[in-house]
Amino acid sequence: MATMIKDGNKGSWLTAVLLAPTTLWFLVMLIMPLIVVVIFSFGERSPMGGYAASFTFDQYANLPSRLKAFTNTLTYAPLGTLLTLLVAYPLAYYLAVKVSARWKLLLLVLVIVPFWTSLLIRTYAWIFILGGRGIPNLLEMIGFDDVRLINTPGAVLLGMIYGYLPLMVFPIYVSLEKLDKQLLEASNDLGGSPFRTFLQVTLPLSMPGMATGCMLVFILLMGEFLIPAFLGGGKIFFLGNALVDLFLQSRNWPFGSALAVTLVIIMLVTVTIYMRLTMGSKTGRDVSIM
Amino acid sequence: MVMRFYSIAVYLFLYVPIGIIVLFSFNSGRNASDFRGLSIEWYGKALSNPFVLESLTSSLIIAFSAAFLSSIMGTTAALALQRMRGPMKTMFDGLIYVSIMIPGIVIGIATLVALVTVFDALNPLLAAVWPEGAEPPRLSLGYVSVIAAHTLFTMSLVIVLVRARIAGMDRSLIEASQDLYATPWRTFRQVTLPQIFPAILAGFLLSFTFSFDDFIISFFVAGANTTLPIYVFSSIRRGITPEVNAIGTMVLAVSLTLLISAQLLLRKNDTKKAAKG
Repeated sequence: MATMIKDGNKGSWLTAVLLAPTTLWFLVMLIMPLIVVVIFSFGERSPMGGYAASFTFDQYANLPSRLKAFTNTLTYAPLGTLLTLLVAYPLAYYLAVKVSARWKLLLLVLVIVPFWTSLLIRTYAWIFILGGRGIPNLLEMIGFDDVRLINTPGAVLLGMIYGYLPLMVFPIYVSLEKLDKQLLEASNDLGGSPFRTFLQVTLPLSMPGMATGCMLVFILLMGEFLIPAFLGGGKIFFLGNALVDLFLQSRNWPFGSALAVTLVIIMLVTVTIYMRLTMGSKTGRDVSIM
Repeated sequence: MVMRFYSIAVYLFLYVPIGIIVLFSFNSGRNASDFRGLSIEWYGKALSNPFVLESLTSSLIIAFSAAFLSSIMGTTAALALQRMRGPMKTMFDGLIYVSIMIPGIVIGIATLVALVTVFDALNPLLAAVWPEGAEPPRLSLGYVSVIAAHTLFTMSLVIVLVRARIAGMDRSLIEASQDLYATPWRTFRQVTLPQIFPAILAGFLLSFTFSFDDFIISFFVAGANTTLPIYVFSSIRRGITPEVNAIGTMVLAVSLTLLISAQLLLRKNDTKKAAKG
């Protein structure tokens, strides 16, 4: 008994030492910064453009002055998520159900790889393609003049789908992969048409994967800056663009902090809804992307 | 059949834009999108541009440091968490989850605001206690803040990867080692470490890739320093040049090489395990 306690103490001492750097990092780089942002959001802007200590709700009361950024973000992010889901689902289904084991791994890796390469370069590629000398130039050659593709809502949505498609395919694939093939056969044997089998068996069973994918993509789209900046041409302004402006250009940190806190609250609400939806089904929590 | 064509179309959608950038990076024409024939002229131009070289050096230093720190801290944390139960473990799981999920822009803003506040408080203090005559150091945003901010995400990534490997590890080997009276340290070095090493290395490579490619966090916390993505961002703002295509291709090549290595490391171990089981 005595040795057990001694062992236990030694073990917990070692655990504490092993965890110390990580704990420090979480405290200094995650918890403290988030607390500082919350404090700033109740402060005032100093004449120099920094922060002046205060306790006021002025910054939050001022949020409607950025209404356009809110409405844009809250329209484009859900719409972009939905479109990404529509594009991703058939591919995930194909990979999980139709592809032979031999090709599966390679094809899956090919979906994931773009997600881990620079979003900056991948979004830039679309400026190149949609910009004046890209597709519009080609169209001009065959007689369609003055087609404008870049800096349009369509370009922003395309960029969103392109940027986050891999993140949507992966969780749906995982949930479809786990799907019991016998269920599909049973449905077939009972005379269900392929469409009915899909609607009544496959689709409900892949719900957790769809929920995971949608939550991940939605959260990232809510904070997006690059895609609207590059493909929306400053006309389609998101919260992310407003934040860059407030923190790096006009230096209104307290107001920027209030905006950031609001953004995080919207994200937290999303995660909470997601948790409620997938409660009880373990498969939904699979967020690993490698 | 329809599904197959659809899937091919999606793969084309994913890869054609990347392919176009690569193709045009070898364009010999002065004009960015007018293809005139193959040349490596723009690579030479990019690599002799002092601004590109300087920002590339920054990016490499930052990515290496973040990856190095993350592999060590992530591995030790994963080993510790494996022994833990109860509310403390739940709390750490929550923090890991949050660090992975939280968008870069939020981390960028929070780090910027917090570090500048802390530095503003510490700098007068440092100046006061510094010996007369010597120039007191001034804390400011730079390499260290970018590395610290990247490490928050990449460390959590390594924890997740190494934990998955520990969970899939063969416990009987550890027990055998203990039965043979090996010290815990020796058991760790000769049994545990070789088994989890591929996951640590994969974590290092993925961390490097993330840090090297990150734009938004660095944009907020790099201070006066410029990383390669920040350089690319501002040159795109100024207008498309073939130089950006060449840099973009090099950045993609670096990420692809590291990613494929990481994938091979992670999968190799899976197949080994499958063969054994």
